[in-house]
Amino acid sequence: MRAALLIQRGGAGEAPREERFELDFEPGESVLDGLRRLRVSADATLAFRYACLNANACKECMMLLDGRVIYACTARLEPREMRLAPLPNKVLLRDLATVIAPPDERL
Amino acid sequence: MTHLEADVLIIGAGGAGMYAAIEAVRRGAERVLLLDRSLIGRGGATVMAQMTVAAAVGAGDHWEHHLADTLTAARGLADPALAALLCEAGAACILEMDEWRVGWARSGDALAAVQAPGHDRARCVYVDFLNTGPAVSRTLRAQVQRVGPAIRRLGEVAVTDLVVQDGAVTGAVALHVASGEALTIAAPATIIATGGLTRLYARNSASANMSGDGYALALRAGATLVDMEFVQFFPFGHLAPRLIGMDPIMWDPFRYKLGGRLLNGAMEDFLDRWGGDAEQGRYSTTRDLATYAITKENEAGRGSPHGGAWLSFTHIPEAELRAAFGPVVDKLAANGIDLTRDCIEVSPIAHYHMGGVRVDPRMRTDVPGLLAAGEAVGGANGANRLSGNAITEALAYGRTAGREAALLAAKGPVRGFAAGLALELLRASGPAVNTAAMVARLQRVMSEDVGPFRTAAGLDRAAAAVAELQAELGLAPPGVPGQPHDLARLDWLDLRQMLLVAAAVIRAARAREESRGAHQREDFPEMREEWRVNQLLRGEGLALSRQAVPA
Repeated sequence: MRAALLIQRGGAGEAPREERFELDFEPGESVLDGLRRLRVSADATLAFRYACLNANACKECMMLLDGRVIYACTARLEPREMRLAPLPNKVLLRDLATVIAPPDERL
Repeated sequence: MTHLEADVLIIGAGGAGMYAAIEAVRRGAERVLLLDRSLIGRGGATVMAQMTVAAAVGAGDHWEHHLADTLTAARGLADPALAALLCEAGAACILEMDEWRVGWARSGDALAAVQAPGHDRARCVYVDFLNTGPAVSRTLRAQVQRVGPAIRRLGEVAVTDLVVQDGAVTGAVALHVASGEALTIAAPATIIATGGLTRLYARNSASANMSGDGYALALRAGATLVDMEFVQFFPFGHLAPRLIGMDPIMWDPFRYKLGGRLLNGAMEDFLDRWGGDAEQGRYSTTRDLATYAITKENEAGRGSPHGGAWLSFTHIPEAELRAAFGPVVDKLAANGIDLTRDCIEVSPIAHYHMGGVRVDPRMRTDVPGLLAAGEAVGGANGANRLSGNAITEALAYGRTAGREAALLAAKGPVRGFAAGLALELLRASGPAVNTAAMVARLQRVMSEDVGPFRTAAGLDRAAAAVAELQAELGLAPPGVPGQPHDLARLDWLDLRQMLLVAAAVIRAARAREESRGAHQREDFPEMREEWRVNQLLRGEGLALSRQAVPA
């Protein structure tokens, strides 16, 4: 199956742009599986957060899928256009990565 | 650029790092800096541990019994003093965690315990079967917070080099990943608590940040690594169908509790063919033997469709499955798995590293000012780690290292700190290179040729591939410095460490011409008494020497 990920790119203070990436996937794979594969196959600079591998333990991979908050590790890839954006209420770092550390654990 | 100063610098905020921070303050340190690659208490292996924790805390048990089992599992290579510390101090830490309300499961007045393979009795405590690691992580994090401002927690910091001044470690240089800024940190005592190296392998059970970086930091600072050839593969990592939102080693506690059956492609029992027990519904085969059996069954053409083995719970009544798996049944249903009907496929997955930084029983490395704790330490588990010992080791060694670091810090601040070349690396700008693809290539190489079964030819092939990747990596990270959350650059800095650590594993594995525990050489299938020695590696040139196992 083939999904098209429309990913919001850019850093803080830049005008956000949307980039389209197509990728093949096996049924059952997560959005995080897809993003990690895109870094290998298409663009290593694509930025998103995760620490654990699809275990939903680190809770770092929150983002917007079609406007709804999801964990990228539990949302599944689907054979359609899927629009990914960073969390809107957090400070943007780059692309899909935002500042989510507790305030007293930041530099 | 930001410069920080601390009495005790702790690199890694898993079980070992957090326990070390708490203990350092208890022993008088006033400024502890606790760093993590990801967010505090969320990354690493501790939070991913879903299993049980071994500790001699039951009536009639004694840490010396636990020690005997640990040494037996280690196949003759463990350092008995380090193993004894794990078992003795570990039991005390488990009880202290109970006071901190981790929530160990109870059986009457005592802690509930189960018997895991390799133990002579029920010795493994747990919170609940899928929550032990998260509960340990959460409890320690809460305790760290309770200690107050003496512990400064700082997430998203990747330490790239230690600073060595007049032969002693006096701090570190790091990348603040969130901002892309370089940091320098001066401290009279530094603890490496970075965990293991599972990220070197394509299929692994820990977090993405277990890159072996602590081993590379130690080597570059002049410390010694021991037993680097012994990578533990967990036999029953989930293989198929795709399972998301869950840890790939989640099956084991259920197999353990319910007697899940391990079957080959023809749905036959097979463990006894390869030296394992005929389990008869019990769970008794050790990890190295189970890994061996699954691999050999596949080589004989009798594997499951994706190259593993079937795990079946279909013989267990639905009500019993529901009682054991609880809400996990629904998570599995969301993944299209109905255990009353479906078998799943499992295969060995990189899980833990027995080898690591060589320390004495006070967690001191060969380099003044540098300590290590947790999985980053080598020696306690020899050639094969006993089930349940990893969290115990993290807590016991963390506590020991924290105490020692406070003693060091009490001698006063560092005398000198010059970050030098390490800082220049973070300011350098190299050509664009797809570092994510290079990480994936390294993982493939390590999985194919440096897995549990090795040959001289395969290890030589891996060494050549690592050298090729090293040449491609070049001398400076891609892109420009100072960019927030720059994963391409971070991967470059990780690869710099991963390639050195991969080379260390390959070198030690190539030199050990025998099969023992987690290191199986198909060209030297026998375990040989003359190889009852530890292999040591020193320096970036990986100079190898051997020494008798400590008595």
